[in-house]
Amino acid sequence: VTRWLPKTVSSRIYAALLVLLAVAPFVLGWLDQPFYLDLLSRGLILAIAVVSLNLILGYGGMVSLGHAAYIGIGAYCVGIPAYYDYYSGWLHLALAIGVGGLFALITGAISLRTRGVYFIMITMAFSQMIFFIFLSLEEYGADDGLVIYARSEFPDWLSMDSALGLYYWIFTVLLLSLFFIHRLVHAHFGRVIVGSKFNEQRMQALGFNTYRYRLACYVLSAMLCSVAGVLLGNFAGFISPDIMSWPRSGELIFMVIIGGVGTLFGPLVGTIAFVLLEEFLSALTVYWHLIFGILLVLLVLYGKGGIHGWLGPLDRRGEDHG
Amino acid sequence: VPIPPDFRTGLPRMDWSLLITQFLNGLQLGLLLFLLASGLTLIFGIMDFINLSHGSFYMIGAYFCGTVVALTGSFLAGIVFGLVGIFIVGAVVERFIARRLYRSDHLDHVLVTFGLILIFDTLVHLLWGAQGMAIPLPDILNGQIEIGTLVLPTYRVLIIACGLLVAALLYVLVVRTRLGMLIRAGASNRTMVEALGVNINRLYLIVFALGAAMAGFAGMLIAPITEASIGMGNDIIIVAFVVVIVGGIGSVKGAFYAALILGMLDTLSRSYLDVVLQLFMPVNYAETAAPALSAMLIYVLMAAVLAFRPQGLFPPAGAK
Repeated sequence: VTRWLPKTVSSRIYAALLVLLAVAPFVLGWLDQPFYLDLLSRGLILAIAVVSLNLILGYGGMVSLGHAAYIGIGAYCVGIPAYYDYYSGWLHLALAIGVGGLFALITGAISLRTRGVYFIMITMAFSQMIFFIFLSLEEYGADDGLVIYARSEFPDWLSMDSALGLYYWIFTVLLLSLFFIHRLVHAHFGRVIVGSKFNEQRMQALGFNTYRYRLACYVLSAMLCSVAGVLLGNFAGFISPDIMSWPRSGELIFMVIIGGVGTLFGPLVGTIAFVLLEEFLSALTVYWHLIFGILLVLLVLYGKGGIHGWLGPLDRRGEDHG
Repeated sequence: VPIPPDFRTGLPRMDWSLLITQFLNGLQLGLLLFLLASGLTLIFGIMDFINLSHGSFYMIGAYFCGTVVALTGSFLAGIVFGLVGIFIVGAVVERFIARRLYRSDHLDHVLVTFGLILIFDTLVHLLWGAQGMAIPLPDILNGQIEIGTLVLPTYRVLIIACGLLVAALLYVLVVRTRLGMLIRAGASNRTMVEALGVNINRLYLIVFALGAAMAGFAGMLIAPITEASIGMGNDIIIVAFVVVIVGGIGSVKGAFYAALILGMLDTLSRSYLDVVLQLFMPVNYAETAAPALSAMLIYVLMAAVLAFRPQGLFPPAGAK
């Protein structure tokens, strides 16, 4: 039987987590806890965005402080068509992927010419630009936000109208993106991306046009994040420019770090930890941001590797026995 | 009374006093941006440290000043004690947090200083409450100055004068003193300054605290107009980053010109872009497009600078 189990302790934990997430709606439904299903749905939507951020940040070493912009773009690609009574889900998805990808292509082409501090500030500035544009669009509610009266329309068997249907949409997109990223980073493409994180000159000397690879990676990540935005727009039913303000992007990075940078499941675990912690602490005190801030500082100064890193010793112990 | 349109062009007639007011507003925004960006650019240039929480110094400065004004009733005392306070806060942040991170990568800087924003915002919430804090101005500053037919609010003129004064003092400091020489050397080639046996830790501490004090000063100057509030620095700091990029990292001179250009561009486009657009398109389109376009303008300028002159408009001499 053990032949079928994943080899390391940490990957067994992650596999158990995925199984748990797959059956969660039924358990929560049986316990009659719709609130926790909502919390979990929101957490997994964020997890998709964080997984997409981890692709460029963790594997590619591109520290983008503007990724929340794509959540916003995706959400408004639901909200604005819905405002004109276009509810087709495929249209929403295609728009989000197209617009998010195009914006990433333009801004990425400019910001990837630079490195380090410049890249961080430029991604942040471009996301702030999108934020201010939506803030100035009176037609679509500006800072009052936009109400989405009905969810995107799909064929019946794909309907996201019920809480359960939406949850499995989110869960499926999450699974697909984890699988996609797993394949991507182990393919030729991913090797070049990881390679140019550590030593771009060497990759160039090997004959790779690292700029193009990094740009393609950036655009892919943005498209995935825009899909998370589509799901968020459907889930929340109300969107405002606040979802793409730059502190939101900071939180996304925070979630990557809690889980473990540049690991497949780290972002998922980190996001769940973040959302639970946020829920727990904000019920406890209005000053919960203080605890978050201190946690973040301590995590960077002392807690290298995040949750995935802390699971590391378990794996090594397993290897010793094996 | 609406001004009748010009009979030749059909466009709204130029209102000169409005134009001058907007020009001064642009100058004011530009100088505030300079106070924020000059510290940022030095901290980037010399320590290679990205400080997202620089905007927190802007906020804390305003709260310090407001508290002292409330206690003593003197605006001048508020400024003086506020400056000392924020200098100390900056020094503490440098000594106990930033200094440990100069050797780690930029991601760590982003995370820790983002954490600091959360900490500072919540501490202000704890100490001063969720509402903003109004800072009353003394009567002399509340009046207006009349020059010919032009009427200007005294306090706005004072802000502009203070901004120019700090810029001049900073120029003297950077260009004429030994400390300034070290700062310039650090911005051009940090490793060499270290190798020459300069007490680099002290230099870092002074630059960081000085930057914090200038950001705090900007917060103190604006607070009597907008009042001090939680997170007041979180939006303007991004524009300050744009200023740093456009001006060239590490260049105080670049920060000065870029801040004035961007401050002016942002203010004037907000009030005049719709008029300009009306030359090309129908009025209702122009009025919808203008706010969105003027929100984009400074970022488009940044993108253009990066595309054609990635090192910024005025990079420090000899910078890599």
